[in-house]
Amino acid sequence: MSKAHDHQHEGDELPPPTPFEARYLAVLKSPEFQDLRKRYRRWVIPVTVGALLWYLTYVLLAAYASDFMAQILFGNINLGLVLGLAQFITTFGITSAYVRYADRVLDPRSARIREEMEAKGLL
Amino acid sequence: MNTVLAQNEQVGNTWLNLAIFGAFVAVTMFFVLRASKTNKSAADMYTAGSAFTGRQNGFAISGDYLSAASFLGIAGAIALTGYDGFLYSVGFLVAWVVALLLVAELLRNTGRFTMADVLAFRMRERPVRTAAATSTLVVSFFYLLAQMAGAGGLVALLMNINDRTGQSFVIAGVGALMIVYVLIGGMKGTTYVQIIKAILLIGGALVMTVWVLALFGMNFSSLLGAGAEAGAALEPGVKYGVSNLSKLDFLSLGLALVLGTAGLPHILMRFYTVPTAKEARKSVVWAIWLIGLFYLFTLILGYGAAALVGQDRIANAPGAANSAAPLLAYEIGGTVLLGVIAAIAFATILAVVAGLTITASASFAHDIYSNVIHRGNAPAGSEVRVARIAAVVVGVVAILGGIAANGQNIAFLVALAFAVAASANLPTILFSLFWKRFNTRGSLWSIYGGLILAVGLIAFSPAVSGSPTSMFPDLDWAWFPLANPGLVSIPAAFLLGFLGTITSKEHLEYKAAEMEVRSLTGAGAEGKALDH
Repeated sequence: MSKAHDHQHEGDELPPPTPFEARYLAVLKSPEFQDLRKRYRRWVIPVTVGALLWYLTYVLLAAYASDFMAQILFGNINLGLVLGLAQFITTFGITSAYVRYADRVLDPRSARIREEMEAKGLL
Repeated sequence: MNTVLAQNEQVGNTWLNLAIFGAFVAVTMFFVLRASKTNKSAADMYTAGSAFTGRQNGFAISGDYLSAASFLGIAGAIALTGYDGFLYSVGFLVAWVVALLLVAELLRNTGRFTMADVLAFRMRERPVRTAAATSTLVVSFFYLLAQMAGAGGLVALLMNINDRTGQSFVIAGVGALMIVYVLIGGMKGTTYVQIIKAILLIGGALVMTVWVLALFGMNFSSLLGAGAEAGAALEPGVKYGVSNLSKLDFLSLGLALVLGTAGLPHILMRFYTVPTAKEARKSVVWAIWLIGLFYLFTLILGYGAAALVGQDRIANAPGAANSAAPLLAYEIGGTVLLGVIAAIAFATILAVVAGLTITASASFAHDIYSNVIHRGNAPAGSEVRVARIAAVVVGVVAILGGIAANGQNIAFLVALAFAVAASANLPTILFSLFWKRFNTRGSLWSIYGGLILAVGLIAFSPAVSGSPTSMFPDLDWAWFPLANPGLVSIPAAFLLGFLGTITSKEHLEYKAAEMEVRSLTGAGAEGKALDH
C-alpha cells in the first residue's frame, strides 16, 4: 500500500498527484473502468436496496399485520409462513442471478483492466 | 415416553455422550496437528496462506456462521414462541445479500488480513486502525459471550450437571481446549475444524429433520398443526406483537440481523482465506445455500420439538430454550442420537469460539501491536507471538464472560453482537467502498459513535437489567425501552459517518481512486502467502 501521499489537506486545493497516484487516476477515468463501475453499481445497488425493502416489508407485516399474516392458505400453512419462505427463495434467486451476471458481464471486464495494468507495469 | 420432569432432567448417558464427543475431538485434533506443520508466517496464522478453495471456504463460513445460536437458539425460539422465532432465520439469511453483493469481493481485493486493513486503506492509519480494532474486539466479545453461555447450558444438559459451579468448570474446560486449538492450528487448523463441523452439523440436522417429518407422515402441515397444539404459534406476533413497544423491538431486531452479517469481523476475515475475489464470491454462494438449507431444517426441528418434547420440558431444562434441539434428539433417537447431536453442537461452539478468538487476537496483534505501536515495523516473528498471547488473554476473558452470562438465550445475545457490528462497522465499510468523499473524521465518528451508542443502549436496556430475563434481574438501571438497539444505533452511525465527513476538510480523492480501482478489478490484491 502506498504511503507516499500525505493525507491531510486543509482547504479544497489538492496538490498534484505523484506518478503512482496519477496512474491510478488515469485508470479510474478510463472508459473501460467507468464502464465496469457503471455496470457493477447499476445492478448491485438497486438489487440490494430492493432486497432490503422487501425484507423490511416482511418484518413490518409480521409485526403490525399479524391477522393478515395468519390467514390460512391450505392445511396449517398460513400466509406468514409462505412470505417467510418467499424470503428464502428471493435470496437464493438473487444469489444465482448475481453469479450469472458477474460471470458474464463483470469478470471479463475487470480481468481485462487488471491485465492491462499488469502489462503496463502499473503494479 | 413423555414424562414431565420438573427440575433436573436426566438426559442420556453421560459417559456415552463424553465418548462420542471425545472421538470427535480426537479426529479434529489430528487434522489440526497435520495442518500446523505449515504454520509459519502471520499470513498462515490469520488467513491460512489464502489456500482454501471457494467451496471449502464456503463450508467453513457456514460452519462459522451456524453457531450455537442457529442450531440451539433458533430451534428453541421456534419451539417456545413459534413463528416469532422464525424471524431470526429470515434475518440471518437475507443479511448475506448485503455481504455478497456489496462487501465480499470488494473487501478481498482491497485488504490483507483484517477489516481494519480496508478501513485504514485511505485514511489516517493509526486512529482508524485503533477504532476498527476496538470495534472488532467488542463485537467478538459479545459473540463469544453468546457461545460460552450456550456451552454452559448444553453441557449441563449432557453431563447432567445442574449446578452453577459445575457448569463454570466446564466452561473453563471448553475455553482451555479452544485456546489449544488456536495456538496449534491457527486459521488453517480451525478452518479444517469448521469444515468438518459444518458437514456434520448440516448432516445431523438433515437426519433429524427427515426423521421428524417421517413421524408426521412427511406432512409438513400436520407437523405444524401438532406444534401449534403444543403451544408454538403459527402466526406472528405472539411474543413480539403484544404491545407497540415490542413491535418496535421486533423491527429493531430485524434491522440488526439483516445488516449485522456484513459487519462481523470474524466473517469478513474469512473472505481472505481464499486467493482471489472470485473464490470469495464462490465461498459466499456456497455459504448462502448451506445456511439457507439449514434454516429450513431448524423450522421443522423447532415445531417438532414443541410437538414431541413439549414446551414445559424445554423451558425447565438446563439452558431453557437452548435445550430444545438436544431434547428432540433424545426423544426421537434415544441416547445415541443425543450423544451424536450433542457432540456436534458442542463442537459447533468450540469451532466458532476458536474463530472468534483468532479474529480478536489477530486484530490486536496486527492492527494495534504491529501497525499502531510499531508503525508497521514490528520485529520479525513477534507479531505471531503477540497474536498467540492475545489469544490466551481473549480466551480467559471469554471464560469469565461465559460464566457470567450462563443461562441467557444464545440467539438473543448474538443479535446484540449483530447490532454492534451493524452500527460500528457496516456504515464505515460501505462508505469506504462506495463514497469518494469519505474521510478519517467520518470513519472515527461512525465507528466510535456506533460502538458507544450500541453498547450504551444495550447496557441501559431491559436486556441487562430491570426484567426477570435480564442478565442482572435483581437490579434496575434500564431506561432504554428496546432490548435490541439497532433501530437507533444503526441509522445514527450512518448519520455520524456522513456528518463527520462533511465537517472535515480532509480530501482523499487519490487514495479513493486507488481503492476504487483495486476493489473492482483486483489489481494489486494480496493473494499469495507473504513473508511478514
